Amino acid sequence: MTRRTIRGWVVLHSWSSLVCTAFLLMLCITGLPLIFHHEIDELLDDQPPIAAMPAGTPLQSLDTILARALADRPGEVGLYMSFDEDRPVVNVTTGPSPDAGGAEMTLTAYDQRDGSLVGAIAQDGVMDFILQLHTDMFAGLPGMLFLGAMGVLFLAAIVSGVVLYAPFMRKLDFGTVRTGRARRTKWLDYHNLLGVVVLAWASVVGLTGVINTLAEPIIAQWRSDDLAAITREHDARGLPVPTRLASINAAVETAKAAVPGSRVQFVAFPGVAYSSRQHYAVFLQGDTPLTKGLLTPALVDARTGALAAVRPMPWYVQALQLSQPLHFGDYGALPLKILWAVLDLFTILVLGSGLYLWFAKRHASSEAKAREVESGGVLVPAE
Amino acid sequence: MHRPRSRSTGAIFAVPLLLAVASMIGLVAALLGDGAADIVSWVALALPVAAVIWAMRFRRG
Repeated sequence: MTRRTIRGWVVLHSWSSLVCTAFLLMLCITGLPLIFHHEIDELLDDQPPIAAMPAGTPLQSLDTILARALADRPGEVGLYMSFDEDRPVVNVTTGPSPDAGGAEMTLTAYDQRDGSLVGAIAQDGVMDFILQLHTDMFAGLPGMLFLGAMGVLFLAAIVSGVVLYAPFMRKLDFGTVRTGRARRTKWLDYHNLLGVVVLAWASVVGLTGVINTLAEPIIAQWRSDDLAAITREHDARGLPVPTRLASINAAVETAKAAVPGSRVQFVAFPGVAYSSRQHYAVFLQGDTPLTKGLLTPALVDARTGALAAVRPMPWYVQALQLSQPLHFGDYGALPLKILWAVLDLFTILVLGSGLYLWFAKRHASSEAKAREVESGGVLVPAE
Repeated sequence: MHRPRSRSTGAIFAVPLLLAVASMIGLVAALLGDGAADIVSWVALALPVAAVIWAMRFRRG
Protein backbone atom coordinates (compact mmCIF):
# COMPACT_ATOMS: atom_id res chain seq x y z
CA MET A 1 0.00 0.00 0.00
CA THR A 2 1.47 3.36 -0.97
CA ARG A 3 1.69 6.28 1.46
CA ARG A 4 -0.90 8.07 -0.67
CA THR A 5 -3.40 5.18 -0.36
CA ILE A 6 -2.83 4.96 3.39
CA ARG A 7 -3.43 8.70 3.65
CA GLY A 8 -6.79 8.28 1.91
CA TRP A 9 -7.86 5.54 4.31
CA VAL A 10 -6.63 7.60 7.30
CA VAL A 11 -8.84 10.50 6.20
CA LEU A 12 -11.84 8.19 5.65
CA HIS A 13 -11.29 6.47 9.02
CA SER A 14 -10.91 9.76 10.91
CA TRP A 15 -13.93 11.48 9.42
CA SER A 16 -16.35 8.56 9.32
CA SER A 17 -15.60 7.88 13.00
CA LEU A 18 -15.55 11.51 14.10
CA VAL A 19 -19.03 12.17 12.76
CA CYS A 20 -20.58 9.07 14.32
CA THR A 21 -18.57 8.62 17.55
CA ALA A 22 -20.76 10.74 19.84
CA PHE A 23 -23.90 8.91 18.68
CA LEU A 24 -22.23 5.50 18.73
CA LEU A 25 -21.05 6.13 22.29
CA MET A 26 -24.65 7.00 23.23
CA LEU A 27 -25.88 3.82 21.48
CA CYS A 28 -23.27 1.60 23.16
CA ILE A 29 -23.91 3.08 26.60
CA THR A 30 -27.72 2.94 26.39
CA GLY A 31 -27.41 -0.47 24.74
CA LEU A 32 -25.62 -1.89 27.76
CA PRO A 33 -28.64 -1.89 30.13
CA LEU A 34 -30.94 -2.78 27.21
CA ILE A 35 -29.10 -6.11 26.79
CA PHE A 36 -30.45 -7.00 30.25
CA HIS A 37 -33.87 -5.39 29.68
CA HIS A 38 -35.73 -8.56 30.61
CA GLU A 39 -33.66 -9.22 33.76
CA ILE A 40 -33.91 -5.59 34.90
CA ASP A 41 -37.69 -5.61 34.38
CA GLU A 42 -37.96 -8.72 36.50
CA LEU A 43 -35.75 -7.20 39.16
CA LEU A 44 -37.75 -3.96 39.22
CA ASP A 45 -40.85 -6.15 39.29
CA ASP A 46 -42.62 -3.81 36.87
CA GLN A 47 -44.95 -6.55 35.66
CA PRO A 48 -48.23 -6.45 37.55
CA PRO A 49 -48.69 -9.85 39.26
CA ILE A 50 -51.55 -12.21 38.43
CA ALA A 51 -53.65 -14.13 40.93
CA ALA A 52 -52.75 -17.71 41.82
CA MET A 53 -55.25 -20.20 40.36
CA PRO A 54 -55.14 -23.96 40.06
CA ALA A 55 -53.12 -25.21 37.10
CA GLY A 56 -55.29 -26.01 34.11
CA THR A 57 -57.87 -23.35 34.87
CA PRO A 58 -59.73 -22.99 31.56
CA LEU A 59 -59.11 -19.87 29.52
CA GLN A 60 -61.75 -17.35 28.53
CA SER A 61 -62.50 -16.69 24.88
CA LEU A 62 -60.46 -13.89 23.32
CA ASP A 63 -63.76 -12.26 22.35
CA THR A 64 -64.64 -11.95 26.05
CA ILE A 65 -61.23 -10.38 26.76
CA LEU A 66 -61.62 -7.97 23.84
CA ALA A 67 -65.13 -6.97 24.95
CA ARG A 68 -63.79 -6.28 28.42
CA ALA A 69 -60.90 -4.20 27.03
CA LEU A 70 -63.24 -2.17 24.82
CA ALA A 71 -65.63 -1.62 27.74
CA ASP A 72 -62.67 -0.28 29.72
CA ARG A 73 -61.79 2.17 26.92
CA PRO A 74 -65.14 3.55 25.66
CA GLY A 75 -65.08 4.89 22.11
CA GLU A 76 -61.88 3.08 21.20
CA VAL A 77 -61.20 0.17 18.86
CA GLY A 78 -58.92 -2.84 19.16
CA LEU A 79 -55.58 -2.46 17.37
CA TYR A 80 -53.39 -5.34 18.50
CA MET A 81 -53.64 -8.32 20.79
CA SER A 82 -50.51 -10.08 22.03
CA PHE A 83 -49.81 -12.94 24.38
CA ASP A 84 -47.31 -13.32 27.22
CA GLU A 85 -45.03 -16.27 26.67
CA ASP A 86 -44.83 -17.52 30.22
CA ARG A 87 -48.25 -16.74 31.72
CA PRO A 88 -51.90 -16.68 30.60
CA VAL A 89 -51.97 -12.95 29.99
CA VAL A 90 -53.46 -11.23 26.97
CA ASN A 91 -52.26 -7.71 26.15
CA VAL A 92 -54.76 -5.57 24.25
CA THR A 93 -53.73 -2.40 22.45
CA THR A 94 -56.58 0.03 21.84
CA GLY A 95 -56.75 3.45 20.25
CA PRO A 96 -59.23 6.02 18.94
CA SER A 97 -59.01 4.68 15.35
CA PRO A 98 -57.17 1.95 13.39
CA ASP A 99 -54.62 4.46 12.10
CA ALA A 100 -53.89 5.86 15.57
CA GLY A 101 -50.28 6.81 16.25
CA GLY A 102 -48.16 5.17 18.94
CA ALA A 103 -48.76 8.01 21.41
CA GLU A 104 -52.55 7.54 21.23
CA MET A 105 -52.40 3.81 21.92
CA THR A 106 -53.13 2.22 25.27
CA LEU A 107 -51.73 -1.17 26.21
CA THR A 108 -53.66 -3.09 28.86
CA ALA A 109 -53.06 -6.57 30.23
CA TYR A 110 -55.87 -9.02 31.08
CA ASP A 111 -55.79 -12.38 32.83
CA GLN A 112 -57.17 -14.85 30.30
CA ARG A 113 -58.35 -17.25 33.02
CA ASP A 114 -60.99 -14.94 34.52
CA GLY A 115 -60.89 -11.91 32.24
CA SER A 116 -59.80 -9.68 35.08
CA LEU A 117 -57.72 -6.58 34.59
CA VAL A 118 -54.04 -7.17 35.32
CA GLY A 119 -53.11 -3.57 34.74
CA ALA A 120 -52.24 -0.90 32.25
CA ILE A 121 -48.74 -1.44 30.99
CA ALA A 122 -46.91 1.76 31.74
CA GLN A 123 -44.40 2.71 29.08
CA ASP A 124 -42.73 5.54 30.90
CA GLY A 125 -40.25 3.70 33.11
CA VAL A 126 -36.52 4.31 33.04
CA MET A 127 -35.96 1.35 30.69
CA ASP A 128 -38.55 2.72 28.26
CA PHE A 129 -36.74 6.06 28.35
CA ILE A 130 -33.41 4.39 27.59
CA LEU A 131 -34.99 2.32 24.82
CA GLN A 132 -36.55 5.36 23.20
CA LEU A 133 -33.26 7.28 23.38
CA HIS A 134 -31.49 4.30 21.83
CA THR A 135 -34.10 3.86 19.08
CA ASP A 136 -34.83 7.36 17.85
CA MET A 137 -33.61 9.93 20.42
CA PHE A 138 -37.28 10.96 20.88
CA ALA A 139 -37.36 12.21 17.30
CA GLY A 140 -39.58 9.55 15.70
CA LEU A 141 -38.84 8.26 12.21
CA PRO A 142 -36.33 11.03 11.33
CA GLY A 143 -34.43 10.18 14.53
CA MET A 144 -34.37 6.49 13.62
CA LEU A 145 -33.16 7.17 10.10
CA PHE A 146 -30.52 9.57 11.41
CA LEU A 147 -29.17 6.90 13.76
CA GLY A 148 -29.24 4.51 10.78
CA ALA A 149 -27.01 6.92 8.86
CA MET A 150 -24.66 7.07 11.86
CA GLY A 151 -24.60 3.27 11.74
CA VAL A 152 -23.56 3.35 8.07
CA LEU A 153 -20.68 5.69 8.99
CA PHE A 154 -19.74 3.32 11.81
CA LEU A 155 -19.55 0.47 9.26
CA ALA A 156 -17.34 2.67 7.05
CA ALA A 157 -15.11 3.32 10.06
CA ILE A 158 -14.87 -0.44 10.69
CA VAL A 159 -13.91 -1.19 7.09
CA SER A 160 -11.31 1.61 6.91
CA GLY A 161 -10.00 0.57 10.33
CA VAL A 162 -9.45 -2.99 9.09
CA VAL A 163 -7.65 -1.69 6.00
CA LEU A 164 -5.32 0.42 8.19
CA TYR A 165 -4.72 -2.53 10.51
CA ALA A 166 -2.55 -4.22 7.84
CA PRO A 167 0.19 -1.57 7.42
CA PHE A 168 0.12 -0.82 11.16
CA MET A 169 0.72 -4.45 12.13
CA ARG A 170 3.34 -5.11 9.41
CA LYS A 171 6.11 -5.42 12.04
CA LEU A 172 4.07 -6.21 15.14
CA ASP A 173 2.80 -9.51 16.54
CA PHE A 174 -0.96 -9.93 16.98
CA GLY A 175 -2.02 -8.59 20.35
CA THR A 176 1.06 -6.42 20.97
CA VAL A 177 0.28 -3.88 23.69
CA ARG A 178 3.26 -1.58 24.30
CA THR A 179 2.35 -0.32 27.75
CA GLY A 180 5.95 0.65 28.52
CA ARG A 181 6.05 3.25 25.72
CA ALA A 182 4.41 6.62 25.29
CA ARG A 183 0.75 6.86 26.23
CA ARG A 184 -0.20 7.35 22.58
CA THR A 185 1.55 4.13 21.55
CA LYS A 186 -0.24 2.19 24.28
CA TRP A 187 -3.66 3.50 23.23
CA LEU A 188 -2.91 2.94 19.54
CA ASP A 189 -2.20 -0.69 20.41
CA TYR A 190 -5.36 -1.07 22.51
CA HIS A 191 -7.42 0.63 19.80
CA ASN A 192 -6.08 -1.81 17.20
CA LEU A 193 -6.34 -4.92 19.35
CA LEU A 194 -9.87 -4.25 20.64
CA GLY A 195 -11.01 -2.97 17.26
CA VAL A 196 -9.91 -6.05 15.35
CA VAL A 197 -11.23 -8.39 18.05
CA VAL A 198 -14.76 -6.95 18.04
CA LEU A 199 -14.70 -6.61 14.24
CA ALA A 200 -17.23 -9.32 13.33
CA TRP A 201 -19.51 -8.75 16.31
CA ALA A 202 -19.57 -4.96 15.89
CA SER A 203 -20.18 -5.31 12.14
CA VAL A 204 -23.15 -7.61 12.71
CA VAL A 205 -24.64 -5.52 15.52
CA GLY A 206 -23.98 -2.34 13.51
CA LEU A 207 -25.48 -3.67 10.30
CA THR A 208 -28.53 -5.19 12.02
CA GLY A 209 -28.97 -1.92 13.90
CA VAL A 210 -29.06 -0.06 10.59
CA ILE A 211 -31.64 -2.53 9.25
CA ASN A 212 -33.74 -2.03 12.40
CA THR A 213 -33.82 1.72 11.80
CA LEU A 214 -35.56 0.93 8.51
CA ALA A 215 -38.37 -1.00 10.25
CA GLU A 216 -41.09 1.54 9.45
CA PRO A 217 -40.34 1.89 5.71
CA ILE A 218 -39.87 -1.90 5.46
CA ILE A 219 -43.27 -2.63 7.01
CA ALA A 220 -44.87 0.09 4.90
CA GLN A 221 -43.35 -1.51 1.78
CA TRP A 222 -44.69 -4.95 2.76
CA ARG A 223 -48.10 -3.44 3.37
CA SER A 224 -48.30 -1.70 0.00
CA ASP A 225 -46.73 -4.59 -1.88
CA ASP A 226 -47.41 -8.07 -0.52
CA LEU A 227 -50.39 -7.34 1.65
CA ALA A 228 -52.06 -5.27 -1.06
CA ALA A 229 -51.68 -8.21 -3.47
CA ILE A 230 -53.49 -10.54 -1.05
CA THR A 231 -56.22 -7.96 -0.54
CA ARG A 232 -56.65 -7.60 -4.31
CA GLU A 233 -56.96 -11.34 -4.70
CA HIS A 234 -59.79 -11.28 -2.25
CA ASP A 235 -61.52 -8.47 -4.03
CA ALA A 236 -61.75 -6.26 -0.99
CA ARG A 237 -60.05 -3.22 -2.41
CA GLY A 238 -61.48 0.14 -1.55
CA LEU A 239 -63.80 -1.15 1.13
CA PRO A 240 -63.65 0.69 4.45
CA VAL A 241 -62.41 -1.00 7.62
CA PRO A 242 -65.40 -3.07 8.79
CA THR A 243 -67.01 -1.94 12.01
CA ARG A 244 -68.55 -5.30 12.91
CA LEU A 245 -65.74 -7.82 13.17
CA ALA A 246 -65.92 -11.61 13.08
CA SER A 247 -64.84 -13.49 16.22
CA ILE A 248 -61.17 -12.91 17.01
CA ASN A 249 -61.07 -16.16 18.97
CA ALA A 250 -62.23 -18.09 15.89
CA ALA A 251 -59.76 -16.16 13.71
CA VAL A 252 -56.87 -17.19 15.96
CA GLU A 253 -58.01 -20.84 15.98
CA THR A 254 -58.36 -20.81 12.18
CA ALA A 255 -54.83 -19.41 11.83
CA LYS A 256 -53.33 -21.93 14.26
CA ALA A 257 -55.02 -24.81 12.45
CA ALA A 258 -53.58 -23.57 9.15
CA VAL A 259 -49.98 -23.77 10.49
CA PRO A 260 -49.74 -26.75 12.86
CA GLY A 261 -47.17 -26.50 15.65
CA SER A 262 -47.12 -22.73 15.60
CA ARG A 263 -47.67 -20.26 18.40
CA VAL A 264 -49.49 -16.95 18.06
CA GLN A 265 -47.29 -14.00 18.90
CA PHE A 266 -49.74 -11.24 18.14
CA VAL A 267 -52.83 -10.35 16.16
CA ALA A 268 -53.12 -7.14 14.17
CA PHE A 269 -56.64 -5.81 13.71
CA PRO A 270 -57.98 -4.59 10.35
CA GLY A 271 -56.62 -1.20 9.32
CA VAL A 272 -53.50 -1.07 11.50
CA ALA A 273 -49.93 -0.88 10.16
CA TYR A 274 -49.41 -4.64 10.37
CA SER A 275 -52.62 -5.66 8.63
CA SER A 276 -54.84 -4.85 5.68
CA ARG A 277 -58.12 -2.99 6.01
CA GLN A 278 -60.12 -6.20 5.70
CA HIS A 279 -58.19 -8.82 7.63
CA TYR A 280 -57.06 -9.92 11.00
CA ALA A 281 -53.35 -10.62 10.56
CA VAL A 282 -52.46 -13.42 12.96
CA PHE A 283 -48.66 -13.54 13.34
CA LEU A 284 -47.45 -17.07 13.97
CA GLN A 285 -44.02 -18.04 15.25
CA GLY A 286 -42.08 -21.32 15.34
CA ASP A 287 -40.27 -22.71 18.35
CA THR A 288 -36.53 -22.32 17.63
CA PRO A 289 -34.84 -18.96 18.31
CA LEU A 290 -34.62 -18.57 14.53
CA THR A 291 -38.22 -19.38 13.59
CA LYS A 292 -39.47 -17.59 16.69
CA GLY A 293 -38.36 -14.35 15.11
CA LEU A 294 -39.47 -15.18 11.57
CA LEU A 295 -43.17 -14.50 11.88
CA THR A 296 -45.62 -15.78 9.29
CA PRO A 297 -48.87 -13.86 9.00
CA ALA A 298 -52.11 -15.78 8.49
CA LEU A 299 -54.72 -13.42 7.13
CA VAL A 300 -58.27 -14.07 8.21
CA ASP A 301 -61.16 -12.18 6.64
CA ALA A 302 -62.41 -9.89 9.39
CA ARG A 303 -66.01 -9.95 8.09
CA THR A 304 -66.49 -13.66 7.41
CA GLY A 305 -63.80 -15.26 9.58
CA ALA A 306 -62.58 -17.32 6.59
CA LEU A 307 -58.86 -17.96 6.12
CA ALA A 308 -57.67 -15.75 3.25
CA ALA A 309 -53.97 -16.60 3.01
CA VAL A 310 -50.93 -17.80 4.87
CA ARG A 311 -47.99 -16.18 3.17
CA PRO A 312 -44.41 -16.08 4.45
CA MET A 313 -42.96 -12.61 4.72
CA PRO A 314 -40.95 -11.34 1.73
CA TRP A 315 -37.14 -11.40 2.05
CA TYR A 316 -36.83 -7.79 3.19
CA VAL A 317 -39.18 -8.32 6.13
CA GLN A 318 -37.40 -11.58 7.00
CA ALA A 319 -34.10 -9.65 6.96
CA LEU A 320 -35.64 -7.17 9.39
CA GLN A 321 -36.97 -9.95 11.63
CA LEU A 322 -33.60 -11.74 11.64
CA SER A 323 -31.90 -8.46 12.46
CA GLN A 324 -33.75 -8.13 15.71
CA PRO A 325 -32.22 -11.00 17.73
CA LEU A 326 -28.82 -10.40 16.12
CA HIS A 327 -28.95 -6.81 17.30
CA PHE A 328 -30.45 -7.39 20.75
CA GLY A 329 -28.38 -10.47 21.71
CA ASP A 330 -31.34 -11.93 23.58
CA TYR A 331 -31.45 -15.37 21.95
CA GLY A 332 -28.83 -17.40 23.78
CA ALA A 333 -29.65 -17.11 27.49
CA LEU A 334 -27.69 -15.12 30.09
CA PRO A 335 -24.11 -16.13 29.10
CA LEU A 336 -24.67 -14.75 25.59
CA LYS A 337 -25.97 -11.50 27.08
CA ILE A 338 -22.87 -11.23 29.28
CA LEU A 339 -20.59 -11.76 26.26
CA TRP A 340 -22.69 -9.17 24.39
CA ALA A 341 -22.08 -6.71 27.22
CA VAL A 342 -18.31 -7.39 27.29
CA LEU A 343 -18.04 -6.90 23.52
CA ASP A 344 -20.11 -3.73 23.88
CA LEU A 345 -17.66 -2.47 26.54
CA PHE A 346 -14.77 -3.27 24.19
CA THR A 347 -16.51 -1.22 21.50
CA ILE A 348 -16.89 1.69 23.93
CA LEU A 349 -13.12 1.49 24.56
CA VAL A 350 -12.43 1.46 20.81
CA LEU A 351 -14.62 4.56 20.35
CA GLY A 352 -13.12 6.34 23.36
CA SER A 353 -9.52 5.57 22.46
CA GLY A 354 -10.18 6.59 18.86
CA LEU A 355 -11.50 9.93 20.05
CA TYR A 356 -8.44 10.38 22.30
CA LEU A 357 -6.02 9.43 19.51
CA TRP A 358 -7.62 11.90 17.13
CA PHE A 359 -7.88 14.73 19.69
CA ALA A 360 -4.28 14.44 20.85
CA LYS A 361 -3.03 14.91 17.28
CA ARG A 362 -5.89 16.86 15.74
CA HIS A 363 -3.51 19.36 14.14
CA ALA A 364 -1.23 16.72 12.61
CA SER A 365 -1.36 16.33 8.84
CA SER A 366 -2.84 13.22 7.25
CA GLU A 367 0.65 12.63 5.81
CA ALA A 368 2.11 12.47 9.34
CA LYS A 369 -0.70 10.16 10.48
CA ALA A 370 -0.13 7.89 7.47
CA ARG A 371 3.56 7.72 8.48
CA GLU A 372 2.48 6.76 11.99
CA VAL A 373 0.29 3.94 10.63
CA GLU A 374 3.07 2.73 8.31
CA SER A 375 5.60 2.64 11.14
CA GLY A 376 3.28 0.72 13.50
CA GLY A 377 3.10 3.70 15.84
CA VAL A 378 6.88 4.11 16.13
CA LEU A 379 6.87 7.46 14.33
CA VAL A 380 4.47 9.74 16.16
CA PRO A 381 2.85 12.49 14.08
CA ALA A 382 4.09 15.97 14.90
CA GLU A 383 1.77 18.57 16.43
CA MET B 1 19.89 -4.31 16.57
CA HIS B 2 17.52 -6.98 15.32
CA ARG B 3 15.18 -5.55 12.74
CA PRO B 4 11.74 -7.21 12.82
CA ARG B 5 10.85 -8.73 9.48
CA SER B 6 7.84 -7.52 7.55
CA ARG B 7 4.78 -9.77 7.76
CA SER B 8 2.59 -10.79 4.86
CA THR B 9 -1.01 -9.61 4.84
CA GLY B 10 -2.09 -13.23 5.31
CA ALA B 11 -0.02 -13.54 8.48
CA ILE B 12 -1.31 -10.22 9.82
CA PHE B 13 -4.94 -11.26 9.39
CA ALA B 14 -4.62 -14.94 10.40
CA VAL B 15 -5.68 -14.47 14.04
CA PRO B 16 -8.22 -11.69 13.35
CA LEU B 17 -9.81 -13.89 10.68
CA LEU B 18 -9.99 -16.83 13.07
CA LEU B 19 -11.67 -14.61 15.69
CA ALA B 20 -14.09 -13.22 13.12
CA VAL B 21 -15.09 -16.73 11.99
CA ALA B 22 -15.53 -17.81 15.64
CA SER B 23 -17.68 -14.72 16.27
CA MET B 24 -19.90 -15.50 13.28
CA ILE B 25 -20.29 -19.12 14.38
CA GLY B 26 -21.20 -17.85 17.84
CA LEU B 27 -23.72 -15.35 16.51
CA VAL B 28 -25.45 -17.91 14.29
CA ALA B 29 -25.30 -21.01 16.53
CA ALA B 30 -27.62 -19.67 19.24
CA LEU B 31 -30.17 -18.77 16.57
CA LEU B 32 -30.47 -22.37 15.46
CA GLY B 33 -31.54 -23.95 18.72
CA ASP B 34 -31.33 -24.02 22.49
CA GLY B 35 -29.13 -26.10 24.77
CA ALA B 36 -26.10 -27.42 22.87
CA ALA B 37 -26.37 -24.69 20.23
CA ASP B 38 -26.26 -22.07 22.98
CA ILE B 39 -23.13 -23.61 24.47
CA VAL B 40 -21.39 -23.59 21.06
CA SER B 41 -22.33 -19.94 20.77
CA TRP B 42 -20.94 -19.03 24.22
CA VAL B 43 -17.64 -20.79 23.58
CA ALA B 44 -17.22 -19.28 20.11
CA LEU B 45 -18.05 -15.73 21.21
CA ALA B 46 -15.83 -16.08 24.27
CA LEU B 47 -12.81 -16.49 21.96
CA PRO B 48 -12.53 -12.77 21.03
CA VAL B 49 -12.81 -11.88 24.73
CA ALA B 50 -10.19 -14.51 25.60
CA ALA B 51 -7.87 -13.09 22.92
CA VAL B 52 -7.90 -9.69 24.64
CA ILE B 53 -7.21 -11.22 28.06
CA TRP B 54 -4.40 -13.30 26.54
CA ALA B 55 -2.84 -10.24 24.85
CA MET B 56 -2.98 -8.21 28.05
CA ARG B 57 -1.40 -11.07 29.98
CA PHE B 58 1.29 -12.21 27.53
CA ARG B 59 1.82 -9.49 24.94
CA ARG B 60 2.34 -6.49 27.19
CA GLY B 61 5.68 -4.85 26.94
